[in-house]
Amino acid sequence: MSKKFLMKGNEVIAEAAIRSGCTMFFGYPITPQTEVAAYMSKRLPEIGGVYLQAESEVSAINMVLGAASAGRRVMTSSSSPGISLKSEGISYIAASDLPCVIINVQRAGPGLGGIQPSQADYFQATKGLGHGDFHLMVFAPSSVQEIADLIKTAFDLSDKYRVPSLILADGIMGQMMEPVSFSEEESTDQPDKGWATSGHDNKRAPNIVNSLYLTPDELEKTVIERYQRYDVIAQNEVLFEKYLTEDADIIVVAYGASSRISKSVINTAREKGIKVGILRPITLWPFPTQAIKELCKTAKSFLCVEMSMGQMVEDVRLAVEGVRPVSFYGRTGGNTPRPEDILHKIEQLNEEEK
Amino acid sequence: MPEFKKTIGLTDAPMHYCPGCTHGIIHRLVAETLVELGVLGKAIGIVPVGCAVMAYDYFNCDCIQAPHGRAPAVATGVKRALPPESVVFTYQGDGDLAAIGTAETVHAAARGENITLIFINNAIYGMTGGQMAPTTLPNQITQTTPKGRDVSQAGFPIKMCEMIATLDGAAYIERVSTHTPKHVMAAKKAIKNAFKVQIEKKGFSMIEILSTCPTNWGMTPADSLDWVEENMVPFYPLGVFKDKSEEGVF
Ligand SMILES: Cc1ncc(C[n+]2csc(CCOP(=O)(O)OP(=O)(O)O)c2C)c(N)n1
Ligand code: SF4
Repeated sequence: MSKKFLMKGNEVIAEAAIRSGCTMFFGYPITPQTEVAAYMSKRLPEIGGVYLQAESEVSAINMVLGAASAGRRVMTSSSSPGISLKSEGISYIAASDLPCVIINVQRAGPGLGGIQPSQADYFQATKGLGHGDFHLMVFAPSSVQEIADLIKTAFDLSDKYRVPSLILADGIMGQMMEPVSFSEEESTDQPDKGWATSGHDNKRAPNIVNSLYLTPDELEKTVIERYQRYDVIAQNEVLFEKYLTEDADIIVVAYGASSRISKSVINTAREKGIKVGILRPITLWPFPTQAIKELCKTAKSFLCVEMSMGQMVEDVRLAVEGVRPVSFYGRTGGNTPRPEDILHKIEQLNEEEK
Repeated sequence: MPEFKKTIGLTDAPMHYCPGCTHGIIHRLVAETLVELGVLGKAIGIVPVGCAVMAYDYFNCDCIQAPHGRAPAVATGVKRALPPESVVFTYQGDGDLAAIGTAETVHAAARGENITLIFINNAIYGMTGGQMAPTTLPNQITQTTPKGRDVSQAGFPIKMCEMIATLDGAAYIERVSTHTPKHVMAAKKAIKNAFKVQIEKKGFSMIEILSTCPTNWGMTPADSLDWVEENMVPFYPLGVFKDKSEEGVF
C-alpha cells in the first residue's frame, strides 16, 4: 500500500502535477484556487522547476504556450473569470497541437459573480473555451483521490494526443480535505517531442509552432486531422462511474461536487424503496454518451443535477435522443443543492412514473 | 571586395513584404546577427500578429507564432523552459508590442527577462490596412484618423524606449532607424549589442527600429525614407536609452 496523506484538493492538484512530471507552472492569483500556486511556488524550486507569477491570466497562458512549445510538461491554474481570459491562448494552444494541463476551480458567475463553488462553466469547458473548431479533454474529479489520479491521466493523454487537458473542479473540490495516495508508478514515458521548438542546433530543419493557415483548404485539412484524433479519444478515453444503475428506474446524472451530494441521496431513496441509481461522468469531453444510451434500455427517466441553471443536461438530452424524459434540478450563484431537495425531486419523479 | 550574399540565417522562402518595406531589411539584420554570434541553432524566434506574422517561414531558426501582442509572454515561457544558453527573441510591430501587448512588454522588461525584443515602429497598423497605431504621430493621417491624429481625442503616441528604460529589469534599450544605409549599419550594431546582452545573461533588451510602410502611408518607397527622416526621427529620437551591458540588471 502506498502512503496516505491528508491533503486539501488544491494542494493535491499541485502535488499530483509535480509527481506526473510537471516542472513548470504559470498563474495569476484568484480565489478559490490560490493554494495551487502557493504550493507550486514552494515545491517547484525544490525540484529545479519553474514557478512564475504572471501579470495576468492572459500572460500566464501564453507562458504555458511557450513552455509547451519548448517541450516541457507545464500547467496553469485559475478560476472562472481567469479562465475566460485564458481562452484566446487556449484556442492557439489547441490549434498548435500543444500539450498542457489547465485547471479551472470553478466559482460562481457570470461576471465577477461570487467566490462560492459552482459548475456553471460546463458550457465553456466542453463547447467553447475559445474561438474556432476545437476540443479540450475535460476531466471532472469528485474526490481528492480522484484529483490525484486524473491529473496524471490528464498529462499523459495530453502528451499522447497533443490535445490540451482541462481539469474542471469547483470550490468544494479545491477546499475539501481527504486522504490521498499518489501513484507509485512513474508517469508514462513522455513521448518524444521531436516537434518542439527548442533550437535546432544546426542539426535539423527549423521546427515551427503555428496556427495560421491562410488557405481554407489547408486550414480545413489541419482541423479535420485534429478531429480524427478527437474521434480516437472519444472511442478510447471516456471515463464514467455507475452506481446502482442496473435495476434503476431513475438515473441521476451528475459530476463533481453535485455527484457526491446526489450519491448520498441515492442510498436514502433506495431505503424508501425507490429504484434510483447514478451515472457520474468523469470525462465531460468526451462525454459518456454511449453509456447513457445503454441506460435508456432499462431506465424510465433521467434526472440531471448540477450547480448551474442546467448545462450538462443538454448533453444528457442529446444522448437520450428523446427516448426518455430528462428533468433537471440545480442551484446556482454559489449555492449547492441540498440533499433533501434532490430527494424530493426524485420522489416526485417516482410518483409521476407510477 | 567582400561579396554580398544571402545569409544562412534566412530561408529561401520568398518574402511577402510590399516593395520598399523595410521589414525585409530588418529580418536580414536579425538573421545575420544570429549567424555571426553563432547562435542560430540555439535561437527561438517568436513572431507576432502583424505584417511579420509569417516570419516563421523566413528565419532559419525554430519559431513560434504567438497570439497578437503576447510574444513577450510566450518568449518568457520558452526562455524559462530551455537551458540558459538558448537565445529567445520576439519580432513585433507597434500595434502588437505597444497597444494590445503593452502589459506583456512592460512586465517582461520589469522581470528583467533575459530575452530580446525587436520592435518595428512604422507608426501604423500595416497588416490590417493602415489604421492608427499607438505610435502614429500627432496629425498623421491614417484610415482611422482621416483628419490626422487629434491627440486631444485619440491620445498621444507612446515612446516605448523612453518608457521601458525606466524599468530596473531593462538592460539594453536603443532606438535606431533604417532610412539610410548608415542607419541600417547602426541598426545592425544595436541588434548585435542586444543579443550580446542576452547571451551574457545581463537582462532584458529591446531595439526599436523606425521602419517604413509605403503601402499604407500612401508614398513611394523613396518618399517613405524621407518621411522617416523628416517626421519620425524628430519625434522618436535615435540613441541608447539604457545600457547595463557591463553590470547587468541583477
Ligand atoms: C486579438 C486580435 N485583435 C486584432 C487582430 C487584427 N490585427 C492583425 S494585425 C494587427 C495590427 C498589426 O499592426 P502592427 O503590430 O503595427 O504590425 P505591422 O502590421 O504594422 O507590421 C491587428 C489589429 C488580431 N489578429 N487579433
Ligand atoms: S503593409 Fe506596410 S508594413 Fe506591411 S508589408 Fe506592406 S509596406 Fe510593409
